[in-house]
Amino acid sequence: MSEASSGTHPVLIEQDVVLARQLVRRLAQECGMRLIDLTKLVTAVSELARNTVVYGGGGYMDWAVVEKDLRPGVRLTFRDEGPGIPDLKLAMTDGWTSGGGLGLGLTGAKRLVDEFELETAPGEGTRVTITRWS
Amino acid sequence: MATLQAKTIQALQDNRTDLLNEWTHSLEATGATRNLKGDDVKQQTGEFLNLLADALHNSGSQNINHENWAQTRLFLEKLSHSRALIGQDSQQTASFIFALKGPVFALLQREYASDGAHLAEQLWEVSELLDGLGMHTIRTFQKSREAVIKRQQEELLELSTPVVKLWDGVLALPMIGTLDSQRTQVVMESLLQRIVDTGSEIAIIDITGVPTVDTLVAQHLLKTVTAIRLMGADCIISGVRPQIAQTIVHLGLDLQGVVTKANLADALALALKRLGVNVSKAV
Ligand SMILES: Nc1ncnc2c1ncn2[C@@H]1O[C@H](COP(=O)(O)OP(=O)(O)OP(=O)(O)O)[C@@H](O)[C@H]1O
Ligand SMILES: [Mg+2]
Repeated sequence: MSEASSGTHPVLIEQDVVLARQLVRRLAQECGMRLIDLTKLVTAVSELARNTVVYGGGGYMDWAVVEKDLRPGVRLTFRDEGPGIPDLKLAMTDGWTSGGGLGLGLTGAKRLVDEFELETAPGEGTRVTITRWS
Repeated sequence: MATLQAKTIQALQDNRTDLLNEWTHSLEATGATRNLKGDDVKQQTGEFLNLLADALHNSGSQNINHENWAQTRLFLEKLSHSRALIGQDSQQTASFIFALKGPVFALLQREYASDGAHLAEQLWEVSELLDGLGMHTIRTFQKSREAVIKRQQEELLELSTPVVKLWDGVLALPMIGTLDSQRTQVVMESLLQRIVDTGSEIAIIDITGVPTVDTLVAQHLLKTVTAIRLMGADCIISGVRPQIAQTIVHLGLDLQGVVTKANLADALALALKRLGVNVSKAV
């Protein structure tokens, strides 16, 4: 796999969620992603970026346009140095929320992308990496 | 107050090419140039060194608030603004200046190798100067970023969301843009008010113009639908395009018996049917 271009985008406040979505929409369009896949990816970004702001206390989104077997894709890492997720199994359960959400962001995002990886440690933060191939 | 010696200023000029190379290297090493074009970085580092040399020559003052530093300040303001726009963070932006410290310090160490007292003094002075310029960059970066965000916020709030009467008893609410929580609240309130004012029985919320339906948007929609039902009216959501429908399914959203339609025309046809209005083609 190779990286064509990459960068980092702040995800500090609510408005950054909108900006992150716009950036990823552009990246996905640039790699010729179909509308359906693009919509799924952008929705996953919305969920993860909002979690970063709301629960992670703000963080960053590393983005990269990647390629595997001549297939382009978009890879994103949402990272924060917030409280972390104490019970990952619970957090990855449909409908479970510690706030006032629907509890579908993490599980939904996982279903919307091709690859999903979550690392978290209490007191150290959370890091979610997703990839969607076009 | 001690100042930068002519020897220091001269050394900065004589070693311009080396400084540029080392500076660019250290910028790359800190990751400050990620998502920037190589040409832009080259142009910006070059221009900054020119401005720095000019200002030091002309002013004899290292007070960057002095008018002789106006060009340099403006350059940094433009730089930080352009970086705020492309989404760089304040640290990456400030590194532009701070990464120059290493190469300059190394240069001074060579120049004043046998003159410890002056070396310490000149290091201190250069450091003060670059810190000042770096802080100026950070301050303007923050202002730019706030401006970017404010403009976007206004754009979002500005988008009007008219509640239109499609038929006696049928209201439609075409939603456009990003449903950030603040705006959704406004939209929802005006719809509920219009339902009361017009005594409407059916409200159609059209989301054709909403690019992303995530859990937050869904939550807002569900709350609105619940409120409409509590007022004794019915609600139809239209504009659920194929890609949105699929995304909703993957998210695992349960629209709790909300009637959805692909487009506004279908929603209106259904609303009229419910009201017992017969629509037939004129012969
Ligand atoms: N970055 C994070 N840092 C700390 N906790 C997190 C983070 N992301 C998620 N969580 C925890 O995981 C839970 C589940 O997240 P998820 O996104 O699935 O649901 P939610 O955000 O509560 O609701 P929504 O359906 O609106 O997204 C959250 O309620 C929160 O407790
Ligand atoms: Mg969430």
